[in-house]
Amino acid sequence: MVFPESTDIRFDLRIIASTIEPGSRVLDLGCGNGDLLAWLAGNKQVTGTGIEQDKTKAAACIARGLSVLQGDLNAEVDDYPDCSFDYVILSQTLQQVLEPARLLYSLARIGRKVIVSFPNFSHYSIRLQLLCRGIAPKNEQLPYSWYDSPNIRVITLKDFRKFARDVGYNILREIAISSDPAGSEGRIIRFFTNIRAAYGVYIIEKIRSG
Amino acid sequence: MTTEAIQPAPLTAVKQHYTFAEGPEGLVLESGARLGPVTLAYETYGTLNAARDNVILVAHAFSGDSHAAGYYPGDPEGEKPGWWDFMIGPGKGIDTDKFFVVCPNILGSCMGSTGPSSLNPATDAPYGLDFPMMTIGDIVSTQKTLMDHLGIRRLHGVVGGSVGGMQVLEWCVRYPQFLRSAVAIATTMRHSALAIAFNEIARQSIMADPNWNKGNYYGGSKPDMGLAVARMVGHVTYLSDEAMRRKFGRKLQDKETFSFGFDGDFQIESYLRHQGTKFVNRFDANSVLYITKASDYFDVVERMGKIERPSKKNSEKRKYLVISYTSDWLYPTYQAKELVQTLKRSDQDVSFCEIEADCGHDAFLIPDERLTTLIRGFFDGLS
Repeated sequence: MVFPESTDIRFDLRIIASTIEPGSRVLDLGCGNGDLLAWLAGNKQVTGTGIEQDKTKAAACIARGLSVLQGDLNAEVDDYPDCSFDYVILSQTLQQVLEPARLLYSLARIGRKVIVSFPNFSHYSIRLQLLCRGIAPKNEQLPYSWYDSPNIRVITLKDFRKFARDVGYNILREIAISSDPAGSEGRIIRFFTNIRAAYGVYIIEKIRSG
Repeated sequence: MTTEAIQPAPLTAVKQHYTFAEGPEGLVLESGARLGPVTLAYETYGTLNAARDNVILVAHAFSGDSHAAGYYPGDPEGEKPGWWDFMIGPGKGIDTDKFFVVCPNILGSCMGSTGPSSLNPATDAPYGLDFPMMTIGDIVSTQKTLMDHLGIRRLHGVVGGSVGGMQVLEWCVRYPQFLRSAVAIATTMRHSALAIAFNEIARQSIMADPNWNKGNYYGGSKPDMGLAVARMVGHVTYLSDEAMRRKFGRKLQDKETFSFGFDGDFQIESYLRHQGTKFVNRFDANSVLYITKASDYFDVVERMGKIERPSKKNSEKRKYLVISYTSDWLYPTYQAKELVQTLKRSDQDVSFCEIEADCGHDAFLIPDERLTTLIRGFFDGLS
């Protein structure tokens, strides 16, 4: 398995990168400065496309030779034909999406596999803050106050498993991880994931009938 | 030792000409009409490599010319360089140390290529309205003839803004195999009613000038007033509300109070008059009629949707870059997005970026490091 060097990209993105088959076609939603796409292109011969809302970041991606569309990911995903990609990556964005079910439906339509990662709201540090101090929790992964948080969806690993089942997706793989505040280092959590994991990474696919 | 950065010497430009279709059949245009002989003026910068594939074709906008960069040897002190000099040159966004840049003047223009002001060999007088209606397709097919003449095997890229961007799109549908990449800036797959409306005002303004004389004014008084007004209208569509507010507002020109007359009080009035006069000195009114009409006829929506899908295994996928500007109200971002959508639907490798700029449609002609960086990175990412 090709695994990115620690200095290259964020830990959760390294986990995602390691799961991608060489030579795949990948769509990275909210691709930021394009670190993951650049790594995949350089190390796994991936044909990648990114979508990024921020104009400066999108321009930076294009300027480094990546194929990136500047725009709103909810709208941009609608234009692709079915199964245009082997993987569609939605990293740490699901908790900010207004209509997650609709978005996931589109992603599973245009991609054979969808990789979703999000911060786990049932991490023990969050549970303790709510239980002991009675305040809207904050931690390194979720640093916002209730009034300025872009994270409008409160998801836990357990919630996501149920959600995936309910709306018709197979979970092919679940990777629970913890990582340091900078996100550069981390480790995989194997036991009591729902309480110990800072992030969940899921590879899902649509249950296609017939 | 000096610590100053060494500025590369400015490019020296030489206007060249290529004449073809000299036989009695001439060139058959999209309308079915025949035209010949056909001359294209063009300039080149940089060096063609041995493989003859390091070529970037720069397509100029409606009133542009082949002088995209550098200075002519005889230019007087203080003369302006070519219209995209900030983009083209050694070490610039389109790096002439790497690429061989060709910029042809379009068919129908009056800057060295055959157009309505050229001599009609049948009559030995300027064509005037006898010049056959040419299309963006004809402009591009004559550019292809020029590429073949120069022995160019393939274009590393074709790039252009506005009507230049239309030529880029026409290249994409007409000669896809000849292209490695395409960059379409501030352009559209077809004119909106708004764009046609402004072009029609420009044409009517020219044709209403008594000197226009049904296009037959060469050798006599020219329809300068009509042409100047046409340019004034055009110029407004190239600016934006923000840009005009910032630059002119309601400021008065060389006076403290209103004149209570029609001499022109506001700075914007005097600016537009200046733009109109400047244009009259360098451009032909009939060329405005022909080129605006060609851009109104232009429509690649259907053909764009039918561009061949890239094969799965090909290692060298053609790449597209679409750029729009936030304040462009002539070809607004939604039109660029329609182009992107069309390309996505046929599985093309397309990048898109909207640039935040308040100077309107003409933003691509104003030095901007963001545009330069985008284009440099895009072309470098291919090699």
